[in-house]
Amino acid sequence: MPETILEISHLRKLYDDLRVFEDLSLTVHEGEVIVIVGPSGCGKSTLLRCINALEDIQGGEIRLRGEPVSKENRNLQSIRQKIGMVFQNYELFPHMTVLDNIMLAPVKAQGRKKEEVREEALDLLKRVGLESKADSYPRQLSGGQKQRTAIVRALCMHPEILLFDEVTAALDPEMVREVLEVILDLANQGKTMLVVTHEMQFARAIADRVIFLDEGRICEEGTPDGFFDEPKTERARKFLNTFTFERKGAKN
Amino acid sequence: MDQEFIAEYIPLYREAAVLTVKIGFAGIAAAILLGLICEITDYFRIPVLKRVVAVYIELSRNTPLLIQLFFIYYGLPKLGIHTNAEVCGVAGLAFLGGSYMAEAFRSGVEAIDAIQEESAYSLGLSRFQTIRYVLLPQALTISAPALIANVIFLLKETSVFSAISLMDLMFTAKDLIGLYYSTTESLVLLVVFYLLILLPVSILGSVMERRLRYAGFGV
Repeated sequence: MPETILEISHLRKLYDDLRVFEDLSLTVHEGEVIVIVGPSGCGKSTLLRCINALEDIQGGEIRLRGEPVSKENRNLQSIRQKIGMVFQNYELFPHMTVLDNIMLAPVKAQGRKKEEVREEALDLLKRVGLESKADSYPRQLSGGQKQRTAIVRALCMHPEILLFDEVTAALDPEMVREVLEVILDLANQGKTMLVVTHEMQFARAIADRVIFLDEGRICEEGTPDGFFDEPKTERARKFLNTFTFERKGAKN
Repeated sequence: MDQEFIAEYIPLYREAAVLTVKIGFAGIAAAILLGLICEITDYFRIPVLKRVVAVYIELSRNTPLLIQLFFIYYGLPKLGIHTNAEVCGVAGLAFLGGSYMAEAFRSGVEAIDAIQEESAYSLGLSRFQTIRYVLLPQALTISAPALIANVIFLLKETSVFSAISLMDLMFTAKDLIGLYYSTTESLVLLVVFYLLILLPVSILGSVMERRLRYAGFGV
C-alpha cells in the first residue's frame, strides 16, 4: 500500500445554518489521482478549500502527512506550500509578469535562490509550451495560457498534492484541451492530485478513483470504469444522464 | 490691463506661491500619512481605533475646510497649544485630506477580489508578504487616480488659507485689490499662478497613473 498523503476524517463544515459536510472522510495515497464529480452546490469546491484551510471547519480533522491542516496550526504557511491549488479563474497576480507570478512564492515564502527558481520556472514553462510568454503580463494571455501558468506556479512550489478546482470551467472549448493535457501529463508523472471537474471524459481518462459527491456526502466511490459504466446508486445514474442527450423525434 | 502693475507685483505673487506650495505639499504629505493610518486601522479592524477613525472621517468630510481651519487656528490656543498660522494651515489640510486619502486607499483595497488574497495564501505566503507583494501594489494602482485627484483638490483648497491670515496667493490678490482696485490684474495673476502650480501636478499625475497601471513594484 502506498503511503497516505492526505487524510480527511469526519469533516464537518457549516456555513451559518447551511450544512455542507456532516461527516466526510477521505484518504488520498501517494501518486493517486482522485476525481471528484457531483452536481453544483454539493460541496466539491468547498472540500478543496477546506483542504487548504481557506475555510474554517467545525469538526473533524484534515492531515497532510500526519500534520494537521488548520488555521490554528502555527505551521500553516509551510503546510500550504506543500498543497498546490489551481483556481477556476486562474487568480494570477495581474501586476506581475508570468515569470514573476511563478517565482514570487518559491523565492519569498520558501526562501529559495532566485536563479535556481528562474531556471526551474522557465523549464516548466517550456514544458507547457509557454516559454515565449515568460515576460508577458496575465492580461496578454488567453484563458488557457493563464491556466497553464497557474498550474506551473503551483508546480514550482514542489507540492505534495495538487488541487484542481474546476480549472477548465471558465475556458473556451478549444482551450480546455490544452489545459487538460497538462494535467494528464502530471498524472503520468505520478503526481498526487485531487481534481474537481465537469469534464466527464477527462475524469474517466485521468482518475484512479472517482468520488461522487452529493449533498455533502460521498454518495458513491469507485474506479472510473465502474462508476461511469455501471453506477451503483440511482442518484449517480441520474447525474451521469445529464451529460448524455437523446432526441425523441425522428431526424429527417 | 496695466502691464507695469503686473510686472511689479509678480515677485509678490511668486513669494505667495512658494508659501502656498510649501504648506500645500506639507499638508498633502500629512494627509496621505493620516489616510494610510486610517486605512490600516480599518483593514486590520483594530477595535476602538476603528470607531475613532469612522467618526473622524465623517467629521472631516462633512465640514468645510474654512471651519476646520477656524477651529484649529482659534481653538488650539484655548487648549494651551500655541503655534503659528503655517502649522495651522498644514494641520487643517491634513485634517481635511486625511479622510479623502483614507477613502481612496480603501476603494483600492476593496476593489481587489478576496480570492486574490486566498490565491497568495494558498501559495504559502505569509499575511505580510501577501499585503506587501500582492495586495498593496494592486490597491495603489487602483487608488492612484483618486489619490491624484485628491492632491489637486487639496492644492486648490489652499485658497481659503487667507482666512487665517496666511499670505498665500488668495491673500495677496485680495490685498492688492483692496489697496489699488486693480481687480483685473490681480485676478489674472492669481489665476496664472494657480495654473502654474496645478498644471504640472495634473500632467505629472496622468503620467504617473499610466505608469502605475501595470507597474510590477519588483519581486
